[in-house]
Amino acid sequence: MAEKKKGRFFMRLAILLMMASAVGYTLYANATKEDRGVLSVGDEAPDFILEDMQGNTVQLSDYEGEKGVFLTFWGTWCDPCKREMPYIENQYNFYKDQGLEVLAVNVGESDFAINQFKKQIKMSFPILVDDSGDVQRAYGISPLPTTILISPEGIILEIIISEMSEEKVKDSVQKILPSA
Amino acid sequence: MEKIKCECGHVNPHGTVLCGSCGRTLTEEATKQTMVDMRYEGSARRSQTYKRTFIDKTWSFFSSVKVGVWLIITTLIVSALGTVFPQEAYIPPGVIPEQFYSDQYGILGELFVFFDFHRLYEQWWYLVLIASIGISLVIASLDRFVPLYRALKTQRIDRHEGFLKRQRLYAKTEASPQDEVTLQTVKTRLQARRYRVTEKDGSLLAEKGRFTRWGPYVNHIGLIIFLLGAMLRFVPGMYVDTGLFIREGETKAVPGTDGQYYIENLDFSVEMYDARVDGEQFATALENQGAIVKQFRTEAVLYERVDERLPGQEVELEKVKEHDIIVNEPLQFDGFSAYQVDYRLDELQRMNFQLESIETGESFGEIEVNLNNPETNYDLGNGYMVELVNYYPDFELEDGVPSTKTSSPNNPAFVFRMVAPDKEAGEISFVAIQQNLDPTGENEYKMTFSGIDTTDVTGLTIRKDRTLWVLGIGGIIFMVGVIQGAYWNHRRLWIVRKDGVVHVAAHTNKNWFGLKREIDGLLENVPWPPLEDKNAPPSEEKSSTSMENTNSRNRNEEG
Repeated sequence: MAEKKKGRFFMRLAILLMMASAVGYTLYANATKEDRGVLSVGDEAPDFILEDMQGNTVQLSDYEGEKGVFLTFWGTWCDPCKREMPYIENQYNFYKDQGLEVLAVNVGESDFAINQFKKQIKMSFPILVDDSGDVQRAYGISPLPTTILISPEGIILEIIISEMSEEKVKDSVQKILPSA
Repeated sequence: MEKIKCECGHVNPHGTVLCGSCGRTLTEEATKQTMVDMRYEGSARRSQTYKRTFIDKTWSFFSSVKVGVWLIITTLIVSALGTVFPQEAYIPPGVIPEQFYSDQYGILGELFVFFDFHRLYEQWWYLVLIASIGISLVIASLDRFVPLYRALKTQRIDRHEGFLKRQRLYAKTEASPQDEVTLQTVKTRLQARRYRVTEKDGSLLAEKGRFTRWGPYVNHIGLIIFLLGAMLRFVPGMYVDTGLFIREGETKAVPGTDGQYYIENLDFSVEMYDARVDGEQFATALENQGAIVKQFRTEAVLYERVDERLPGQEVELEKVKEHDIIVNEPLQFDGFSAYQVDYRLDELQRMNFQLESIETGESFGEIEVNLNNPETNYDLGNGYMVELVNYYPDFELEDGVPSTKTSSPNNPAFVFRMVAPDKEAGEISFVAIQQNLDPTGENEYKMTFSGIDTTDVTGLTIRKDRTLWVLGIGGIIFMVGVIQGAYWNHRRLWIVRKDGVVHVAAHTNKNWFGLKREIDGLLENVPWPPLEDKNAPPSEEKSSTSMENTNSRNRNEEG
């Protein structure tokens, strides 16, 4: 008799657990449906190939093992991008020979708009144009600017979804430099 | 918890009202009644049995029909409240919800947003409510089906007198020597009416339509499958419902396909009814109504990616098929459908300008500016050149400073530098729609608007729903359950000959009138008396009101 009771208890437990996990999954899927597919810190940075303004192709994985990549997504109309670009430019000029690469991915604007922007703000690092929006999709980019810090091993160290102060840019760059 | 051992020897679980085997009343209350409550055969609902662990408590909570009904009522009320004002998905795009609801609907609108009712159907607590109904459905069904199934399976043929005399249809008579013959006559008649007859020691049980009792449970299984189908929508890849705008001549990746498929828009057109083409019978209607759209059509080409490739990399596409997408005739591929749902006509694409002399009006050539991807320099030859200095696709003056509202060419404005052999430094000209400004007032040349090139944009909805078949199966099982439970009756007739008395009793789960008539026919011309209906009205006449009462009782019988 006691055995029967025990059996019933486990039967009920099993059925309840099954239903609870189904409901739990649904709730989880519903809560995370907005940022599904978005990367998180520690993930391997998805590889991509884009052309720069001169028509040279740049592939992210080429930097693996060589340089830390400061990957920033920007647009010409985005004022915060405009403000932080000079800070990035400074750090780039200082550290480019010590294993820093900056890739500024424009969200698919015309060459004209980008050139106009470049006239006002100096950018000596490669500007890549993501016309198809593929790379933005792969990285789940929505607000601009968004900056991804990628270690020389190709691992995402930090995702920064806001404007950066000069201090912040400096700290970020330090993080991704290959250890001498 | 202790078990109840009936006098007949059958051991019943705690909470049982009628012995599962012989039918003796096991509680004092039931013994006092003149009629037994036949719900679930008087068996104990499982949930009433144990109330010890947390699991058992949760189980019995969901097992309660009362809880189930309240869950359904709450869900109904909450769902209805969500429809008082439009959901967030249906308010104009770009507005701030708090602002919109407050402006449109006042204080009630503010409350609506405050309680997140503008996103009601994706609230976690709303999903929990729906899920609770599902859980309640499973547990309440299990707790009732199992005991009922067992009770009907173990039922004895020679039920106890106390059970029989408390049945609604009942009669008894003195035993007589012809009883055996009578029994055989009735048995033959029962079998002719498709009853399943079992006999034991001169007693008899006839039963038909037991399967109709499983109707509600089959129905619940259908409902649960339906709910599972709805849940499947949250599984990635099962459900896609998204939009895609493509300009004429553009090829775009289909969202939700991971860049596997691309659609090109060769041409979008809106065709109007024309009385001369479509028939004179439309002439009057067209005159009254003005233009009436006949068809929205996108000439689409579907491509599939050939190789694996990295994001951003140039894709190699292979043409799969061409299809004219019109309303209700989507482009279909790999479980996806692309429907025609929206369009924008005449979106600005290119603008043409002439470089002219202000004095003579002589033209020195024409330039074409691509509004989505403009060139910087335009050489007109003979020393004439135009440079695009600044471009504002969606021009506005912000505190007196020219700027652009968006990156779409809705209201383009240009700053040109015009270079001529006699003006090598160039002259600046500002050109916008209906405007041509000369900032210095000393220009000898101007840019004159000379042409425009527009393109149409088609709006498609991309949809994929791999859950439909699950919903379909759930729906079919649901209906099978309804039919199974609704169109048949579970009828039983007991004839027990014991201690010099013949007891005849009958039970059905519904349609007592039908059962009474059937048994009256079966007992015709036999020495046994007709069955008496305990619920029959005092007068012999069967008034319509008493029929209604009977029916409502019947309906209430199974919870």
